Amino acid sequence: MIPDAGTLDAVIDGLSAVFMVVGALMSLAAAVGLLRFPDLLSRMHAATKPQVLGLFLLLAAMGLQLRTWWVWPVLLVAWIFQLLTVPVSAHMVGRAGYRTKHLHRELLSTDELEAVVQKAAAKAAREDSSDGGH
Amino acid sequence: MNRRISLRQELPLLVWLVFVWGALWQDFSPGNLLFGALLAVVVARMFYLPPVEVSGRFNVLYAIPFALGFLGRVAAASFQVMYLAVFRGPYVSNAVVAVPLRSRQDLMVTATGHVISLIPGSLVVEVDRSTSTLYLHGLNVRNAEDAAKLRDDVRAIEARLIRIMGTREELELIRLEAAP
Repeated sequence: MIPDAGTLDAVIDGLSAVFMVVGALMSLAAAVGLLRFPDLLSRMHAATKPQVLGLFLLLAAMGLQLRTWWVWPVLLVAWIFQLLTVPVSAHMVGRAGYRTKHLHRELLSTDELEAVVQKAAAKAAREDSSDGGH
Repeated sequence: MNRRISLRQELPLLVWLVFVWGALWQDFSPGNLLFGALLAVVVARMFYLPPVEVSGRFNVLYAIPFALGFLGRVAAASFQVMYLAVFRGPYVSNAVVAVPLRSRQDLMVTATGHVISLIPGSLVVEVDRSTSTLYLHGLNVRNAEDAAKLRDDVRAIEARLIRIMGTREELELIRLEAAP
Protein backbone atom coordinates (compact mmCIF):
# COMPACT_ATOMS: atom_id res chain seq x y z
CA MET A 1 0.00 0.00 0.00
CA ILE A 2 2.91 2.38 0.66
CA PRO A 3 4.06 2.75 -2.98
CA ASP A 4 0.39 3.44 -3.89
CA ALA A 5 0.28 6.40 -1.52
CA GLY A 6 3.57 7.62 -3.02
CA THR A 7 2.30 7.52 -6.60
CA LEU A 8 -0.94 9.21 -5.55
CA ASP A 9 1.11 11.98 -3.98
CA ALA A 10 3.16 12.31 -7.14
CA VAL A 11 0.00 12.53 -9.28
CA ILE A 12 -1.50 15.23 -7.01
CA ASP A 13 1.77 17.17 -7.05
CA GLY A 14 2.00 16.93 -10.83
CA LEU A 15 -1.62 17.99 -11.31
CA SER A 16 -1.25 21.01 -9.04
CA ALA A 17 2.00 21.96 -10.79
CA VAL A 18 0.21 21.94 -14.16
CA PHE A 19 -2.70 23.94 -12.69
CA MET A 20 -0.36 26.56 -11.24
CA VAL A 21 1.64 27.03 -14.44
CA VAL A 22 -1.48 27.28 -16.63
CA GLY A 23 -3.13 29.61 -14.10
CA ALA A 24 -0.10 31.91 -14.10
CA LEU A 25 -0.11 31.76 -17.92
CA MET A 26 -3.68 33.11 -17.89
CA SER A 27 -2.58 36.11 -15.83
CA LEU A 28 0.25 36.63 -18.32
CA ALA A 29 -2.33 36.52 -21.14
CA ALA A 30 -4.31 39.25 -19.39
CA ALA A 31 -1.19 41.44 -19.14
CA VAL A 32 -0.28 40.86 -22.81
CA GLY A 33 -3.86 41.66 -23.82
CA LEU A 34 -3.83 44.91 -21.85
CA LEU A 35 -0.72 46.01 -23.71
CA ARG A 36 -1.64 44.79 -27.18
CA PHE A 37 -5.37 45.44 -27.63
CA PRO A 38 -6.24 48.78 -29.21
CA ASP A 39 -9.16 50.20 -27.21
CA LEU A 40 -10.83 50.10 -23.82
CA LEU A 41 -13.59 47.64 -24.69
CA SER A 42 -11.28 45.00 -26.14
CA ARG A 43 -8.88 45.52 -23.23
CA MET A 44 -11.73 44.75 -20.83
CA HIS A 45 -11.95 41.28 -22.38
CA ALA A 46 -8.31 40.59 -21.61
CA ALA A 47 -8.37 42.27 -18.21
CA THR A 48 -11.35 40.44 -16.77
CA LYS A 49 -11.85 37.07 -18.45
CA PRO A 50 -8.71 34.90 -18.50
CA GLN A 51 -8.32 35.31 -14.72
CA VAL A 52 -11.64 33.58 -14.10
CA LEU A 53 -9.94 30.42 -15.33
CA GLY A 54 -6.56 31.46 -13.90
CA LEU A 55 -7.94 31.96 -10.40
CA PHE A 56 -9.89 28.70 -10.64
CA LEU A 57 -6.75 26.77 -11.52
CA LEU A 58 -4.64 28.42 -8.80
CA LEU A 59 -7.32 27.84 -6.14
CA ALA A 60 -7.66 24.21 -7.26
CA ALA A 61 -3.89 23.78 -6.97
CA MET A 62 -4.02 25.26 -3.48
CA GLY A 63 -6.84 22.93 -2.48
CA LEU A 64 -4.89 19.93 -3.78
CA GLN A 65 -1.70 20.94 -1.97
CA LEU A 66 -3.21 21.78 1.43
CA ARG A 67 -4.88 18.30 1.63
CA THR A 68 -7.50 19.27 4.16
CA TRP A 69 -11.14 19.13 3.17
CA TRP A 70 -12.15 22.30 5.04
CA VAL A 71 -10.25 24.65 2.70
CA TRP A 72 -12.45 23.64 -0.25
CA PRO A 73 -15.56 25.58 0.90
CA VAL A 74 -13.47 28.76 1.38
CA LEU A 75 -11.89 28.36 -2.06
CA LEU A 76 -15.32 27.73 -3.59
CA VAL A 77 -16.72 30.87 -1.94
CA ALA A 78 -13.74 32.91 -3.17
CA TRP A 79 -14.26 31.68 -6.74
CA ILE A 80 -18.04 32.21 -6.69
CA PHE A 81 -17.56 35.80 -5.51
CA GLN A 82 -15.14 36.27 -8.41
CA LEU A 83 -17.77 34.85 -10.79
CA LEU A 84 -20.39 37.22 -9.41
CA THR A 85 -18.30 40.39 -9.41
CA VAL A 86 -16.23 40.11 -12.61
CA PRO A 87 -19.12 40.56 -15.10
CA VAL A 88 -20.52 43.46 -13.08
CA SER A 89 -17.23 45.39 -13.03
CA ALA A 90 -16.61 44.59 -16.72
CA HIS A 91 -20.11 45.78 -17.57
CA MET A 92 -19.79 49.02 -15.58
CA VAL A 93 -16.42 49.93 -17.09
CA GLY A 94 -17.55 48.90 -20.59
CA ARG A 95 -20.78 50.85 -20.32
CA ALA A 96 -19.03 53.98 -19.02
CA GLY A 97 -16.42 53.60 -21.78
CA TYR A 98 -19.06 53.31 -24.48
CA ARG A 99 -21.00 56.32 -23.19
CA THR A 100 -17.92 58.52 -22.99
CA LYS A 101 -16.89 57.30 -26.47
CA HIS A 102 -13.62 55.70 -25.40
CA LEU A 103 -13.65 53.34 -28.34
CA HIS A 104 -12.34 53.17 -31.87
CA ARG A 105 -15.35 53.12 -34.18
CA GLU A 106 -13.22 52.05 -37.15
CA LEU A 107 -12.45 48.78 -35.36
CA LEU A 108 -16.12 47.83 -35.01
CA SER A 109 -17.49 45.78 -37.88
CA THR A 110 -21.07 46.56 -36.79
CA ASP A 111 -22.52 48.69 -34.02
CA GLU A 112 -26.16 47.92 -33.38
CA LEU A 113 -26.30 50.07 -30.25
CA GLU A 114 -25.38 53.37 -31.92
CA ALA A 115 -28.66 53.67 -33.87
CA VAL A 116 -30.65 53.02 -30.67
CA VAL A 117 -28.65 55.61 -28.73
CA GLN A 118 -29.10 58.23 -31.47
CA LYS A 119 -32.83 57.58 -31.66
CA ALA A 120 -33.13 58.00 -27.89
CA ALA A 121 -31.01 61.17 -27.99
CA ALA A 122 -33.16 62.63 -30.80
CA LYS A 123 -36.31 61.84 -28.82
CA ALA A 124 -34.88 63.48 -25.68
CA ALA A 125 -33.92 66.56 -27.72
CA ARG A 126 -37.45 66.82 -29.16
CA GLU A 127 -38.97 66.61 -25.68
CA ASP A 128 -36.57 69.28 -24.43
CA SER A 129 -37.49 71.69 -27.23
CA SER A 130 -41.24 71.14 -26.71
CA ASP A 131 -40.74 71.81 -22.99
CA GLY A 132 -38.91 75.04 -23.83
CA GLY A 133 -41.84 76.21 -25.99
CA HIS A 134 -44.18 76.49 -22.99
CA MET B 1 -46.19 47.70 -0.79
CA ASN B 2 -46.17 44.29 0.79
CA ARG B 3 -42.75 43.74 2.30
CA ARG B 4 -43.31 40.19 3.49
CA ILE B 5 -41.37 37.60 1.57
CA SER B 6 -42.29 33.96 1.78
CA LEU B 7 -39.73 31.69 3.40
CA ARG B 8 -39.51 29.65 0.22
CA GLN B 9 -38.37 32.67 -1.76
CA GLU B 10 -35.86 33.63 0.90
CA LEU B 11 -34.50 30.14 1.49
CA PRO B 12 -31.76 30.13 -1.24
CA LEU B 13 -30.34 33.37 0.19
CA LEU B 14 -30.39 32.01 3.77
CA VAL B 15 -28.74 28.73 2.75
CA TRP B 16 -26.04 30.66 0.89
CA LEU B 17 -25.39 32.96 3.88
CA VAL B 18 -25.08 29.98 6.24
CA PHE B 19 -22.69 28.28 3.80
CA VAL B 20 -20.49 31.40 3.60
CA TRP B 21 -20.52 31.62 7.41
CA GLY B 22 -19.44 28.00 7.77
CA ALA B 23 -16.81 28.35 5.05
CA LEU B 24 -15.26 31.46 6.59
CA TRP B 25 -15.07 29.87 10.06
CA GLN B 26 -13.95 26.63 8.39
CA ASP B 27 -16.23 24.89 10.84
CA PHE B 28 -19.39 23.05 9.78
CA SER B 29 -20.36 21.78 13.23
CA PRO B 30 -24.11 21.96 14.01
CA GLY B 31 -23.70 24.63 16.71
CA ASN B 32 -21.80 26.97 14.42
CA LEU B 33 -24.27 26.43 11.58
CA LEU B 34 -27.21 27.13 13.92
CA PHE B 35 -25.65 30.41 15.04
CA GLY B 36 -24.93 31.23 11.38
CA ALA B 37 -28.58 30.55 10.50
CA LEU B 38 -29.69 32.88 13.30
CA LEU B 39 -27.39 35.62 11.99
CA ALA B 40 -28.58 34.98 8.40
CA VAL B 41 -32.22 35.51 9.40
CA VAL B 42 -31.35 38.70 11.33
CA VAL B 43 -29.27 40.08 8.42
CA ALA B 44 -31.97 39.22 5.85
CA ARG B 45 -34.61 40.93 8.01
CA MET B 46 -32.58 44.05 8.84
CA PHE B 47 -30.99 44.71 5.45
CA TYR B 48 -34.06 44.24 3.34
CA LEU B 49 -33.56 43.72 -0.40
CA PRO B 50 -36.33 43.59 -2.99
CA PRO B 51 -37.27 39.96 -3.49
CA VAL B 52 -35.92 38.20 -6.57
CA GLU B 53 -38.72 36.55 -8.49
CA VAL B 54 -37.80 32.91 -8.73
CA SER B 55 -39.85 30.53 -10.81
CA GLY B 56 -39.68 27.78 -8.18
CA ARG B 57 -38.23 25.31 -10.68
CA PHE B 58 -34.69 24.05 -10.60
CA ASN B 59 -33.64 21.16 -12.79
CA VAL B 60 -30.41 19.57 -11.53
CA LEU B 61 -30.27 17.20 -14.52
CA TYR B 62 -29.76 20.16 -16.83
CA ALA B 63 -27.72 22.21 -14.32
CA ILE B 64 -24.79 19.79 -13.94
CA PRO B 65 -24.01 19.38 -17.69
CA PHE B 66 -24.48 23.14 -18.05
CA ALA B 67 -21.93 23.85 -15.29
CA LEU B 68 -19.40 21.44 -16.83
CA GLY B 69 -19.98 22.82 -20.33
CA PHE B 70 -19.59 26.33 -18.93
CA LEU B 71 -16.19 25.47 -17.42
CA GLY B 72 -15.12 23.96 -20.74
CA ARG B 73 -16.23 27.02 -22.69
CA VAL B 74 -14.41 29.34 -20.25
CA ALA B 75 -11.21 27.32 -20.64
CA ALA B 76 -11.41 27.18 -24.46
CA ALA B 77 -12.25 30.86 -24.78
CA SER B 78 -9.48 31.91 -22.38
CA PHE B 79 -6.93 30.29 -24.65
CA GLN B 80 -8.59 31.95 -27.65
CA VAL B 81 -8.29 35.39 -26.04
CA MET B 82 -4.66 34.61 -25.22
CA TYR B 83 -4.04 33.70 -28.87
CA LEU B 84 -5.74 36.90 -30.07
CA ALA B 85 -3.76 39.01 -27.60
CA VAL B 86 -0.43 37.57 -28.67
CA PHE B 87 -0.88 37.23 -32.43
CA ARG B 88 -3.59 39.67 -33.55
CA GLY B 89 -3.23 42.39 -30.91
CA PRO B 90 -3.91 45.83 -32.37
CA TYR B 91 -5.53 44.49 -35.55
CA VAL B 92 -8.44 42.71 -33.88
CA SER B 93 -11.86 43.79 -35.12
CA ASN B 94 -14.89 43.85 -32.87
CA ALA B 95 -18.60 44.54 -32.99
CA VAL B 96 -21.45 45.67 -30.77
CA VAL B 97 -24.30 43.22 -31.33
CA ALA B 98 -27.90 43.49 -30.13
CA VAL B 99 -29.36 40.22 -28.85
CA PRO B 100 -33.10 40.15 -28.08
CA LEU B 101 -33.82 37.61 -25.33
CA ARG B 102 -37.01 35.59 -24.93
CA SER B 103 -37.40 35.95 -21.18
CA ARG B 104 -38.68 39.10 -19.47
CA GLN B 105 -37.58 37.94 -16.03
CA ASP B 106 -34.90 40.06 -14.37
CA LEU B 107 -33.21 36.98 -12.93
CA MET B 108 -33.02 35.25 -16.30
CA VAL B 109 -31.68 38.34 -18.12
CA THR B 110 -29.09 38.83 -15.36
CA ALA B 111 -28.06 35.18 -15.38
CA THR B 112 -27.69 35.13 -19.17
CA GLY B 113 -25.69 38.36 -19.06
CA HIS B 114 -23.42 36.95 -16.35
CA VAL B 115 -22.76 33.69 -18.15
CA ILE B 116 -22.08 35.37 -21.48
CA SER B 117 -19.78 37.92 -19.79
CA LEU B 118 -17.79 35.18 -18.05
CA ILE B 119 -17.11 33.37 -21.30
CA PRO B 120 -14.21 35.36 -22.74
CA GLY B 121 -14.83 37.17 -26.01
CA SER B 122 -18.13 38.81 -25.14
CA LEU B 123 -19.02 41.60 -22.74
CA VAL B 124 -22.38 43.18 -21.91
CA VAL B 125 -22.19 46.89 -22.74
CA GLU B 126 -25.81 47.87 -22.24
CA VAL B 127 -29.06 46.25 -21.12
CA ASP B 128 -32.48 47.39 -22.27
CA ARG B 129 -34.76 46.06 -19.57
CA SER B 130 -38.04 47.13 -21.23
CA THR B 131 -37.43 44.95 -24.30
CA SER B 132 -34.96 42.60 -22.52
CA THR B 133 -32.29 43.17 -25.14
CA LEU B 134 -28.60 42.71 -24.37
CA TYR B 135 -26.04 44.79 -26.26
CA LEU B 136 -22.82 42.79 -26.35
CA HIS B 137 -19.33 43.78 -27.32
CA GLY B 138 -17.82 40.81 -29.10
CA LEU B 139 -14.08 40.33 -29.53
CA ASN B 140 -12.94 39.19 -32.99
CA VAL B 141 -16.33 39.63 -34.68
CA ARG B 142 -15.25 40.42 -38.24
CA ASN B 143 -18.47 40.27 -40.25
CA ALA B 144 -22.21 39.73 -40.14
CA GLU B 145 -21.76 35.95 -40.03
CA ASP B 146 -19.69 36.13 -36.83
CA ALA B 147 -22.28 38.49 -35.34
CA ALA B 148 -25.10 36.05 -36.19
CA LYS B 149 -23.09 33.24 -34.62
CA LEU B 150 -22.63 35.24 -31.42
CA ARG B 151 -26.35 35.99 -31.34
CA ASP B 152 -27.27 32.31 -31.76
CA ASP B 153 -24.77 31.40 -29.04
CA VAL B 154 -26.33 33.77 -26.53
CA ARG B 155 -29.85 32.58 -27.33
CA ALA B 156 -28.73 28.96 -26.94
CA ILE B 157 -27.28 29.78 -23.51
CA GLU B 158 -30.53 31.47 -22.55
CA ALA B 159 -32.50 28.41 -23.70
CA ARG B 160 -30.34 26.16 -21.51
CA LEU B 161 -30.80 28.47 -18.51
CA ILE B 162 -34.57 28.45 -19.07
CA ARG B 163 -34.49 24.65 -19.05
CA ILE B 164 -32.72 24.83 -15.68
CA MET B 165 -34.76 27.49 -13.87
CA GLY B 166 -37.19 29.27 -16.19
CA THR B 167 -40.92 29.56 -15.68
CA ARG B 168 -43.25 26.97 -17.21
CA GLU B 169 -44.44 29.37 -19.92
CA GLU B 170 -40.87 30.04 -21.08
CA LEU B 171 -40.12 26.33 -20.99
CA GLU B 172 -43.14 25.68 -23.22
CA LEU B 173 -41.84 28.34 -25.64
CA ILE B 174 -38.43 26.63 -25.82
CA ARG B 175 -40.07 23.24 -26.43
CA LEU B 176 -42.17 24.67 -29.26
CA GLU B 177 -39.09 26.27 -30.79
CA ALA B 178 -37.11 23.03 -30.63
CA ALA B 179 -39.91 20.85 -32.00
CA PRO B 180 -40.05 21.66 -35.74
